[in-house]
Amino acid sequence: MRVAILVFPGSNCDRDMMVAVEKITGRRPALVWHKDSQMDPVDLIILPGGFSFGDYLRCGALAARTPVVEAMLDHASRGGAVLGVCNGFQILLETGLLPGTLIRNERLKFVCRSVNLQLQPDHGSPLLSTLDPGHSLTIPIAHNEGNYFAQEDDLEMLKQNGQIAFKYTASPAFGPDNPNGATDDIAGILSSNGRVLGMMPHPERAIGNGHPSSDGKLLLRAILQGVA
Amino acid sequence: MEVKINISLKQGVLDPQGRAVESALISLGYSEANNVRIGKQITLEIEAEDASRAQQRAARMCETLLANTVIEDYSIEVADPT
Repeated sequence: MRVAILVFPGSNCDRDMMVAVEKITGRRPALVWHKDSQMDPVDLIILPGGFSFGDYLRCGALAARTPVVEAMLDHASRGGAVLGVCNGFQILLETGLLPGTLIRNERLKFVCRSVNLQLQPDHGSPLLSTLDPGHSLTIPIAHNEGNYFAQEDDLEMLKQNGQIAFKYTASPAFGPDNPNGATDDIAGILSSNGRVLGMMPHPERAIGNGHPSSDGKLLLRAILQGVA
Repeated sequence: MEVKINISLKQGVLDPQGRAVESALISLGYSEANNVRIGKQITLEIEAEDASRAQQRAARMCETLLANTVIEDYSIEVADPT
């Protein structure tokens, strides 16, 4: 299992993601700097969370036009697997690889807490196929721009093709929940081939060992199995 | 050539910032304030033979980077010195 994690100036979840993946696979992922246009072939590319390029212009906008992201787009166009978390999700949307965008949280507050996610039973993704359909996961979010927005026809396409991976869902602890105003409570979406996943919650921050949940480890393990 | 680019949120796209500013204006007594939308302005200089060429290049810049056309509209003004 070869995994690469892309690193931009301002990424800050790259190392946590590296530790999480290494715990599961026993093999340390490569950290690849944004100026690298060449990348050794890998099975999975991860775009980590953080504040790439200081969130200047729009979150993820500048990172989406870097050489390493060009290489990531090549990998994706050959059917390669990609996971974007938080700022990584924002970058995937800015490249156009996934439809829609993430705007400012509805209540204008940075939200940092655990949320409950419902895996959508009709998702068609090989990356999530080892999880039970309808599985619920508790994973933290930490963002200011996580309010998913897409044009009507894109939303319709996501629904029709089973490209919605996760929705925020109610939990005993939080009650009915949509932490940021996201359209249709969307927390994560997939590409049409199901091999590119973008999500706001941070699985690398829920891997047990002092974290309140280990559901992120469960999810990362499923993704790594799905890729293999 | 001096170029001004105005980027605004499309109608129908929620603007949480605009809404917060609107309620602040109203609480300051400006009850006539309505439909507040916040955008951004980018100014730059473009080397070009003429204004229409500068306009064309600025539009390309908007499409490739400066605006997110999923949610934003842009308009371009070129100050032609001639």
